[in-house]
Formats: sequence, structure tokens, C-alpha cells
Amino acid sequence: MSLTQTPRRRKSVWGQVKSSRMLILMCVPALAFFIVFNYAPLPGIWIAFTDFNYRDGIFGSPFVGLKNFQFLIKSGMLWDLTRNTILYNIAFIVLGNILQIAIAIMFNEVRLKFFKKITQGIMFLPYFISVVLIGVIAFNLLNYDTGALNTLIKQTGGDPLKIYSMAGLWPLIIIIIHLWQSTGYGSIVYFAAIMGIDKGLFEAAEIDGASAWQRIRFVILPSLKPTFIILFLFSLGGIMSGNFGLFWNLIGNNATLFSTTDIIETSVYRMVMSQNNFTTSTAVGLYQSLFGFAIVMTANWLVRRMNKDYALF
Amino acid sequence: MTAPATEATGATKAILLPRRNRSLFDKSQTRAIRLSASDRWLRGISYVWITLFTLFCLLPFVMIVSASISSEAAIRTDGFGLIPKDFSLAAYDLIFQAPKQIIGAYTVTITMTVFGTAIGLFIIAMTGFALYRQDFPFRNHISFFIYFTTLFSAGLAPTFLWVSNGLGLRGSYLAVFLQLLMTPWLIILMKNFMRTVPYEIVESGKIDGAGDFRIFAQLTLPMMKPALATIGLFLALAYWNEWYLSSLYLGSTVEFKPLQYYLYNVINTANALRNSVAGANVSIASLPSNTLKMASAVVATGPILLFYPFVQKYFVSGITIGAVKG
Repeated sequence: MSLTQTPRRRKSVWGQVKSSRMLILMCVPALAFFIVFNYAPLPGIWIAFTDFNYRDGIFGSPFVGLKNFQFLIKSGMLWDLTRNTILYNIAFIVLGNILQIAIAIMFNEVRLKFFKKITQGIMFLPYFISVVLIGVIAFNLLNYDTGALNTLIKQTGGDPLKIYSMAGLWPLIIIIIHLWQSTGYGSIVYFAAIMGIDKGLFEAAEIDGASAWQRIRFVILPSLKPTFIILFLFSLGGIMSGNFGLFWNLIGNNATLFSTTDIIETSVYRMVMSQNNFTTSTAVGLYQSLFGFAIVMTANWLVRRMNKDYALF
Repeated sequence: MTAPATEATGATKAILLPRRNRSLFDKSQTRAIRLSASDRWLRGISYVWITLFTLFCLLPFVMIVSASISSEAAIRTDGFGLIPKDFSLAAYDLIFQAPKQIIGAYTVTITMTVFGTAIGLFIIAMTGFALYRQDFPFRNHISFFIYFTTLFSAGLAPTFLWVSNGLGLRGSYLAVFLQLLMTPWLIILMKNFMRTVPYEIVESGKIDGAGDFRIFAQLTLPMMKPALATIGLFLALAYWNEWYLSSLYLGSTVEFKPLQYYLYNVINTANALRNSVAGANVSIASLPSNTLKMASAVVATGPILLFYPFVQKYFVSGITIGAVKG
């Protein structure tokens, strides 16, 4: 109970609506937006259980039960997509956080103001540009005929690599590009959290004779825990979705790489855009939503059990 | 004050010496934390690492620019590199010889960005204000209603069918414009920002008999400038970098594509071919030029990068507040 609240008598719902009608009105545009673009498409999930065709529409098309899902499981597609999506996200979360925290701690050691400003600005830049440009960058670096990497290999006397047909290499490439894109952003978030640490803690550590490593281990890292958990929960929420734009602009329709690079979103996008396949893509989408929902709920429940303050809701 | 620390590190002499020097010469004594050996190591490593990572972040941009001002022949023989080869502005000449498409793309993107940011910002601020009001009985219901959309969604196919056929927006710029107006995340961010405004402002407004909208527009909003700047920038960036919704809903139906989607097409129409024939000994000489792609990338990205140094500090403060739990 907030102190600023005057104790109020229980009003009827209608009375509450009346007294706050202006505030409700102010929410109406946003509510309308989410109803139109997020809630209204929900009944369309029914497509996943039908043999959809345009003529009969969503609810007129023949009902086929779980056939679409059976197909997905039997073909092994669901498993491949799930594995790729989750493995990429785990790599992004683990490596991303390690790198971000490390760089944030290093920022904290830097004393030259202009150095800090310039480096932060440049590191943040990749987050600021469009994924389409990232696709251009990858092309510049990696393509067979003129790519910078192959230029380098040729100059040192090696044979150029057909990188755009080497499926095994792409997890590494995608992870590196993802880190390139997101580390600056994340490290600033962590750096802000470090700046928020009570200076007295550092002084106390100094008086106790803590080494730099001990200071990191016993002062900085524990203080970053709440930020880490919040960011972790957010990223868990997205564990079934990927950085779609990045994957699509790097791989696109290059089927030779799909075994290691196809994630749920790219496969759904392809099904809708180039094959007009609405049934399978809706089934995959529903699976993605349900799975993601379950993961967030479980993670939130676990965090809530450990420490209520860290939970999202 | 520092005696125990000195003993604890064990290397008394090595530390005492620089410290005495500092007390003689260093004017920044007030903030000085005495440096132990491990401190100095950490600091040195930090400078080196940050410099390296910064170069890693910067170099790809340099390579794009340098490729765009190289001659096509030099790229064909030597490939892309860090330094421009055989300086030439031919690619830019080509783009600006027939500037209709690029000007159209800029017009579409700038129009969408300006109006989208203004309208989206207004709605987000209003909603954030209502949800911040502790005396608003439905704030939790509405919050959840908005937040739920991040937990569970219909997915691409049903949404695509609904927006295309149900709303009839396929081929219309509105399909792109409207869907980018707001995200739950931005509304939550705005609500968090609002907490920096003292609640007494609202109460004083109420006592003076101002209506809710008036309190919002005249009392709260002027105090929210940093928040509006940050969220406005996030919105503007989303509009500026948009290519995905355009690819879904605009496709080839509109004459002028938004900027990034225009770039996407320049790059990918040739790329798909190039990737599928890579190494297959098929002649690629007839495909659109490499330098043209790089120059298009520079033209589509350049202005926002010039703008970037001025807005960067708002972003930094914005994500800082966004990271604090709401």
C-alpha cells in the first residue's frame, strides 16, 4: 500500500470507471493497437489444425486435427529447428553476457574520459544500424570472389574458401556477428549498473586490501546479479525466437546452410513468403509460442521461488 | 588510512614508491585510489582490450566505405580490403544519375519516421502516464493486457493473413506504418521513466482541480523530456531501419520502397544468384557490380551515422533506465 494513497472506500466497478474515465480514454489508442494487431490475429491459430485454403477461409477449411503437427514431428523438422534455435540462443546468452560483463568491468577501470566516450560510442554503433547493412558487411567479408577474408587468404598464398556453402562454419560466423552487434549495447547496460554500486563498497574493499580480482569477484559481480537476472529472464523469453533479421540477411534462401542455420523464424518466414504454406507455418508458430510461453513461466516461477524481487511478474 | 592495505598486498616497497611520487606530482589526489600491482594490470589490460574490441566494431564500416570508393576493376581482381583500391566514385555517380528511386526511398522513410515517431510517442506517453498513476484502478489489468502480447502471439502466418485480408492493408504503407507505432517494451520503459517524476506533482495538480489529461500534458510531460527523447529515438530507429514489414506487406507493389528495403533489394537480387553459383565456375561478370552495392549501403546508412554522435548520449541514458526493473 503506497503512502500517497488515501484510504479509499470500495467503489463499484462502474464507479471506478466513472472516476477514472479520462485515464481509461488515454489508454484507448494503445489498447486498440494491441487488440487490432496482437489479439485479433489470435483466432487465426486455428489454421494450424486445418487444411487451409483461401477459398474457404480460416474457419471454413477442412479440420484435420493434429495432422500438421504429426507431419512436423515425423519429418524431423521440428526437432532440427528447435535444436538450432535453442543452441544459438544459449550461445548468444552465455557468450554475450560474459563478454558484456567483462567489457563493462573494463570500462570501469578506464579513467580517460574521452577514451571512454569514443570507445563506447563506436561499440554501440553496430546496434544502431539496420540488419540489412549487417548482411552487406557479411557479404563484403565472406563472399567467394571478392570477400575480404578470401582476399587475405589469397594474399598469403592459400586457396579461397567457399564460405557460403560451408554449413559447419556458420554457427561460428553467426555467433561472432551477433556478439559484434550486441556487445556494445549490453556492456553499457552493465556498466550503468556498476556505476550504480555504492562507492563505499569499493572503499571498504580497498581498506580490506582487496586485489583487483577480489574487488571484481566480491563487489562488482554480486552487484550485477539483479541486472543479470532481469536480462536473463528477458532473453529466456525470447529463447524460441532468434535474431530473425540477422539470420535472414546472412543466410536468406541459401539452402546449403539450412542444416546448421535454419531457425524457427526463418523457416516460418520462408514458408509464408515463398511457398504460401500457411498451415505448416502456423503450426510451427503455435509450437514456438507455446514452448516459449512455458519456458518463461517456468523460469519466472523458479526465480520467484529463489527471490521474489527478481521475478518479472 | 592505507596502512593495512599496504601490508596486505605484501609488496610494500613497490607500492610505496609510486604513491609518494603521486602525492608530489599528481594533482588528482582527491579521487586517487592507490594502485596495487593487480590494479595496474587490470587497467592496462582494459585499455588494450577495449581498444581492440572498438577496432573490431569499427573496421567493417571502414571496409564498406573503402570498397564503395574503389574501382570495380580493382575489386574484381584484388577483392575487398581495408584500404580503398584505385580510388573511384563511379558507383556513386551511377546511383545519382538516376536518383528517382533513392529519393523516393528517402521520402517514404523520412515521412514514416517523422509521423510514426510523433504519433507513437504521444500514445506511448499517454499510456505510460495512465499506468504510472497509482490511483488508476485498472492499471494492473491494462499492464497485463499489454504485457501478455510479448508472452504469447499468433505467429507470422495468422498475423499476415489478418493484416493482409482482414484489415486489407496489403500493399499499403499503412501496414508498415501502423505496426511500428509501439511495442509493449516501450510502454513499460515509459512507465519506468515516469517514476522519476515526483508523484506530488500529480497530487498538486489534482488539488488545483486539473483534469487527468491536463495534469499529463501540462505538468508531467514537460518533466519527461529525457524520456521522450530516448523513446522517440528508439521509435525513429525502428522506422528508419525497417525492412521486414516492408518485405512482407509491400513486396513489389509500391513504387517507392522504404530505404532499408530498397537496400535489401539492391543487395539480395544479385546475392541469391551469386551464392548459388559460387564456385560453380559460372561467369558472374554480368551481375551488378560490387562497388554499387557498397555505395548503396553507404547512401542508405550514411545520414543516420552522421546523426549518431548527437543522439548517442540519449540512447545510453535510455537503456540505462530501461535496465532498471519496472
